[in-house]
Amino acid sequence: MNTKILENEFEYSKPGSLEEVLETLATKQNVRIFAGGTDLIVKLKLGALPDMEHMLDINGVEELGKIETRADGLEIFAGAKLWSIESDRRVEENYPALREAIQAMASISVRNMATLGGNFCNASPVADAVGPVMCYGGKVRMQSKRGAREVNAVDFFLAPGVSVLEKGELLTSVYLPAPKAHTGHAFVKMGRVKSDIAKISITAVLEREGDRIASCRLAMGSVAARPLFLKAIGEGLAGKAMTEALAQETAQNISDFIKPIGDNRTTAEYRTDVAKVIARDALVSAWKNSGGTL
Amino acid sequence: MSMHPITLKVNGKPHTLLVKSNELLVNVLRDKLFLTGTKYGCGIAECGACTIMKDKRSIMSCLVPAVVADGWEITTSEGLSKGDKLSPVQEAFVDLAAIQCGFCTPGMVVTATALLHENPNPDEDFIRDYLRGNFCRCTGYVAMSKAVLAAAAKMKEEAQ
Repeated sequence: MNTKILENEFEYSKPGSLEEVLETLATKQNVRIFAGGTDLIVKLKLGALPDMEHMLDINGVEELGKIETRADGLEIFAGAKLWSIESDRRVEENYPALREAIQAMASISVRNMATLGGNFCNASPVADAVGPVMCYGGKVRMQSKRGAREVNAVDFFLAPGVSVLEKGELLTSVYLPAPKAHTGHAFVKMGRVKSDIAKISITAVLEREGDRIASCRLAMGSVAARPLFLKAIGEGLAGKAMTEALAQETAQNISDFIKPIGDNRTTAEYRTDVAKVIARDALVSAWKNSGGTL
Repeated sequence: MSMHPITLKVNGKPHTLLVKSNELLVNVLRDKLFLTGTKYGCGIAECGACTIMKDKRSIMSCLVPAVVADGWEITTSEGLSKGDKLSPVQEAFVDLAAIQCGFCTPGMVVTATALLHENPNPDEDFIRDYLRGNFCRCTGYVAMSKAVLAAAAKMKEEAQ
C-alpha cells in the first residue's frame, strides 16, 4: 500500500448538469462518484477499488450542493458538505442530533470536504450521520436515467458497503421531514479520541406528551452489519410514562438484543456492555431536552 | 488515463498545469510548484500535515485529485506571510515555541488561520476541538493552543 499516489488509472469527468451525470452513469463502465472524496480517495489508496474506470465529479452540478427548505421539511442534496450542514441554522434548530453526529465526525478539514450523501453511499455500519437521519424519519432520494425513487433511510442499507443503490443510480438528496413539537433529541458516540471512528453510537429522537413518551425512534452504529434501526424497541416505548427505571430497562433490552462483533476498534463485550450505558444516557437526555422532567 | 489542463491560483499566483486524472494536489503543490511547506504525512486525512485553505476553510490536500481542484483559489502555508512579515498566527507559534520538529507546523498554522477566520474569539475548548485533526508527534498541543489564543488577541489589537 502506497498512500502517496493513486495507482489506479481512470478517466475523469465533471458534468455541469444532473442529466449529464445520469447519462455518464448509464453509459460508462465502473463509475464511482466523487462528492467529497474523503472515503473514495482513501479506498482507492488502500486498493479497495481496483476496477474503477471513471471518476464522476458531481461538484459541477450547482443544485446538488444545496440545502433547501421544503413545505414539510428539509432537503439536503448529495454534494452539500458536512460543514455546511452542521453550520446550517435550520439543522441546528430542528435536527440537533444530526448536527451533533456530524460534529463528532473526523476533523473540521475532513468535514469541509465530506458530504452526507457520501456517508450514506459508503454504507458503513459505523456511519455516524445515518442514525439521526433514520430517527428523524428521513428518506433517501435517488435518480437514474430510468427515473426517480425514494426509500426510507431505515431501508437503505443492506450489508457492509452495500446499499439499495443500483447500477446507474445517483443518490441525489436526503430528505428530513419537519419534527413535531416537544421533540427530544440525543446522539451519543464512544470513540477513543474525538476524531476517531465510533466504537459504538446511538441516536434517540422522541416526542413527549406530558409525562409520557408519544413516540420514540432509536438507531445504533457499530453493532450490526449495517446501521441498526431499533424499530420494535422504540415503538414499544410509545404511550409509556418516562422514568429512570424505564430508561434502564430499555437500555438492558437493547444490550440483550444487539449482536455486535469485535473488530480493530473494540471488542463485542465492550459494545454489549457500553450499549447499556449510552442507551440509558441517550433516552434520558432526549427526554430532558424535549422539556420532560425526571 | 485522461490528461486535463487545469488552472490553479495558489497564494494569489495563477498557474496553468497539465495533470493526469490520478495526480494528487499535495504532490502537484510539492513536486510541480515546489511549494514544499505542505507536507505529505499519512495520506489518508488523519494527520493534517497536508492541510491547505480553500475559501478560508481548511481542507486536506492528500485526498484531492488535482483535476478536481481546477479553478480553485487556495492558500498554502507559504501564502500566510506577507513577504518577510509573518502572519499573527505564525508569529505567535514562533514566540511561544509551539514548534518542535516542525513537520506538523505548516498544517497546524494553516488550520489555526482557518480557525480564526471562522471564530476570531475562540476559547481553549474551541481551539482544541478545531485542531483535533492535526497531529503533533513531538507533543506540543498546549503551546499550540496558547499560540492560537495569543494570535487571536494580537489580531484584535491590530484591528483596533
